[in-house]
Amino acid sequence: MAALDQTQVKEGVDQETVDAVAEVSTYKYGWETDIEMEYAPKGVNPDIVRLISEKNEEPEWMTEWRLSAFERWEKMDEPDWAMVSYPEIDFQDQYYYARPKSMEVKPKSLDEVDPKLLATYEKLGIPLKEQMILAGVEGAENAPAEGRKVAVDAVFDSVSVGTTFQKELEEAGVIFCSISEAIKNHPELVKKYLGSVVPVSDNFYATLNSAVFSDGSFVYVPPGVRCPMELSTYFRINAENTGQFERTLIIADKGSYVSYLEGCTAPQRDVAQLHAAVVEIIIEEDAEVKYSTVQNWFPGDENGKGGIYNFVTKRADCRGDRAKVMWTQVETGSAVTWKYPSCILRGEESQGEFYSIAIANNMQQADTGTKMVHLGKNTKSRIVSKGISAGKAQNTYRGLVSMHPKAKNSRNYTQCDSLLIGDKCGAHTVPYIEVKNNSSRVEHEATTSKVDDDQLFYCRQRGMDEEEAVALVVNGFCKDVLQALPMEFAMEAQQLVAISLEGSVG
Amino acid sequence: MALPEVKQTATDARLAALSLPTGGCLEGARRAALSRVQTLGLPGRRDEYWKYTQPDTLTQVEAPKAAVFDTDEAPMFDDFDRLKVVFVDGVFSPEESDDLSLDGVSIERIADICDKDIHWAKDLYGVLEARGQSPVARPLAALNTAFAQDGLAIHVTGTPSKPINMIYRHSDEGSDAILHHVIRVDSGAEATILENGPAASRFNKCMEIDIADTGKLHLVRAQGRDHERRAATHLFARLGSESEFKSFTLTVNGVLTRNEAVIELTGDDAVAHIAGACAGDGDFHHDDTVFVTHDAVNCESRQVFKKVLRNGATGVFQGKILVKEGAQKTDGYQISQSLLLDDDSQFLAKPELEIYADDVACSHGSTSGAIDEDALFYLRSRGVPAAEATDLLTLAFLAEAVDEIEDEEIASAIVTRLEGWLARRR
Repeated sequence: MAALDQTQVKEGVDQETVDAVAEVSTYKYGWETDIEMEYAPKGVNPDIVRLISEKNEEPEWMTEWRLSAFERWEKMDEPDWAMVSYPEIDFQDQYYYARPKSMEVKPKSLDEVDPKLLATYEKLGIPLKEQMILAGVEGAENAPAEGRKVAVDAVFDSVSVGTTFQKELEEAGVIFCSISEAIKNHPELVKKYLGSVVPVSDNFYATLNSAVFSDGSFVYVPPGVRCPMELSTYFRINAENTGQFERTLIIADKGSYVSYLEGCTAPQRDVAQLHAAVVEIIIEEDAEVKYSTVQNWFPGDENGKGGIYNFVTKRADCRGDRAKVMWTQVETGSAVTWKYPSCILRGEESQGEFYSIAIANNMQQADTGTKMVHLGKNTKSRIVSKGISAGKAQNTYRGLVSMHPKAKNSRNYTQCDSLLIGDKCGAHTVPYIEVKNNSSRVEHEATTSKVDDDQLFYCRQRGMDEEEAVALVVNGFCKDVLQALPMEFAMEAQQLVAISLEGSVG
Repeated sequence: MALPEVKQTATDARLAALSLPTGGCLEGARRAALSRVQTLGLPGRRDEYWKYTQPDTLTQVEAPKAAVFDTDEAPMFDDFDRLKVVFVDGVFSPEESDDLSLDGVSIERIADICDKDIHWAKDLYGVLEARGQSPVARPLAALNTAFAQDGLAIHVTGTPSKPINMIYRHSDEGSDAILHHVIRVDSGAEATILENGPAASRFNKCMEIDIADTGKLHLVRAQGRDHERRAATHLFARLGSESEFKSFTLTVNGVLTRNEAVIELTGDDAVAHIAGACAGDGDFHHDDTVFVTHDAVNCESRQVFKKVLRNGATGVFQGKILVKEGAQKTDGYQISQSLLLDDDSQFLAKPELEIYADDVACSHGSTSGAIDEDALFYLRSRGVPAAEATDLLTLAFLAEAVDEIEDEEIASAIVTRLEGWLARRR
């Protein structure tokens, strides 16, 4: 790290300029789409909740569900246990619903969607045209033809703009649509599963989400079906002062399989914006779900101005025997991250995996981890978490492994590593381990280290500049996690790792 | 900020039943500690720091009764050449104790200091405890500082020829003892302190240790025996440059034990080792809560905790390494392991790291599981009966913690004690 310290000595006006330039180049998605929007009035109250429900043309039971959530939310306190600090959020000083004017009448097909919206996704590398691979993904062209297809549900502020490949998926029996469509077209499924994994009053943010969620994705994979392509949702926040509250519900029926990707970006703004999502996954007997996220919300500037406050509740319920879930996340964005994708291992021999890379730079704060709740016999879980802190960022792994008395012969292996780049940042590990039977085995290990001088020296000796060398070393450190990502994201994630570290060298 | 009502009521009730000793040079420290208790409130069930241990019986007004265990087991360190200091139900017993004079150390009763206006202990009593209240509150320690009935002020000025052995006898089944020791180790001085015995039905003990540059202190304690007794102990240690502090705690029996160790490495190149072995059987709850702060360069800290649990026993470990900004070249290590001998027992752990310096190596590990079937099979296939094989493996498991004791004689006394426990409970 000696070399990095030397560059830090050079601090001054010039350096700041360099940093600013580096920072701008760091966040590529900070532009905004100039489009006419329609907003619900600012603030949240029962009327707003009703309005959102009305805009989505929801049935009465859904409106009631939301209202009861709102009632509970009003009595709840914002949690303060995470290692993050931010100015108090004025929940009444936000818009809870924003949609492009052109979406007032829902387009029947993608051809009818406002070209400006399509251009937005095109620019983000997510073309909303079928038969196309995700643009800008290096190496994707080498993938087998089958593997190239990715169905996309594109969510823009509060509404879903469109979903691709719906027809082809339908032929396979897979339902992939926005949650608002699902409420209309598949009420029996939504009624049965919504709130069954993350109860309405689970926590402050989940409850708020239950009241005001505007859109999100819905997936149902019928028994025995292997989803013929990757499914993905791309969330884009565009409007100012607007919170995004999406809701995702994934149901993998007996013996099915689906891989789901989630990406997200937002424009660069001075004022922090709120994002509170809920993801519920139900996995029945012998089914498997792979859920991957590349979270790249605007992280705020180097002084901590602006950025997304990301409060997310994600939980998978392995209800059936031999059900399997794998969470993979690459967290590079957001000013504040509060996110603990969890696995409830209820079915016997069910399996949960969590792979995470969290990169925090500048003033970012990330408090993230997982919960593995072992309830069934012979359940297995694995946690691999890599945290990287640079600049003045704080990165916390917080997790729970719980072996209930009936979860005989269960296994958990946890590995948490943190890497610090620079001496102004912090890395923290807060694991909770609860073992209540003796046939289960739990192992936890964690280390904190700095970028290895020898490794850096080796890379530099071979002609790499320092920046490249750090990126490479960090990539090596993160390899375990990146390997678990679907190919489309693995390439992007590797770039992300390099990008996020640019600002910290110098 | 006002305390939650339940906490306020419990704190008020407890404080009303105690009276603050007045006069002398420690009165100011006692008053300040009382005000800390009032501000913090006593621990309650909903406190995060007490997530895995119920503090109720430690904070309630009356100490729950605990039968005095009539034991034929030889007191731990009787064979040692040592200076014996005996407390009965938390009160110093001059009759049973040795003469307190020994070269290289001065030992006084806190009660005697209270009559003096000037004393070195004034700069230590309640000082480290007060520092240790942040970032996590430890109200039981503040309560101790305010109301301690007895204790020792030990000033190590040289290298005493033998260890100082504090023996805590329990004689009254309703005894509620609050004991506070302050220990100062001068630069270049070195001493060993041994502690053993069940102490009282309810025992609140606080020990503040200040080790000057290059000073060394070894602390070995054996808690337990009387099964129904409860104990909450706090150990606060501040280490100067190149100083060394090594502690080992053995806990066998005791319905409830909470041991907190708060270690601060404030001088460069200091070394702190905190280890513990506990063997719990039946209605047994044992909690090790350790907080190590690295606030200097090139320091080393080690935490090694091993727990063997059976018949519904609960083991808790909450350990934390905090590396402050600038505490570069820190070497922090923490391991907590449990061996669950049956399905009714449980292990609850929270091994934390909080790090603000980049050139450090910190690692922590935590494991929990049953006895290794393969090892058991190996021993049995060589003719070792199952029970004996289990004992052997249990001892081997605990050995890693016992190995932290430097003095072989002391270590072997601890092992004998563990063997006794295993033999008796088989």
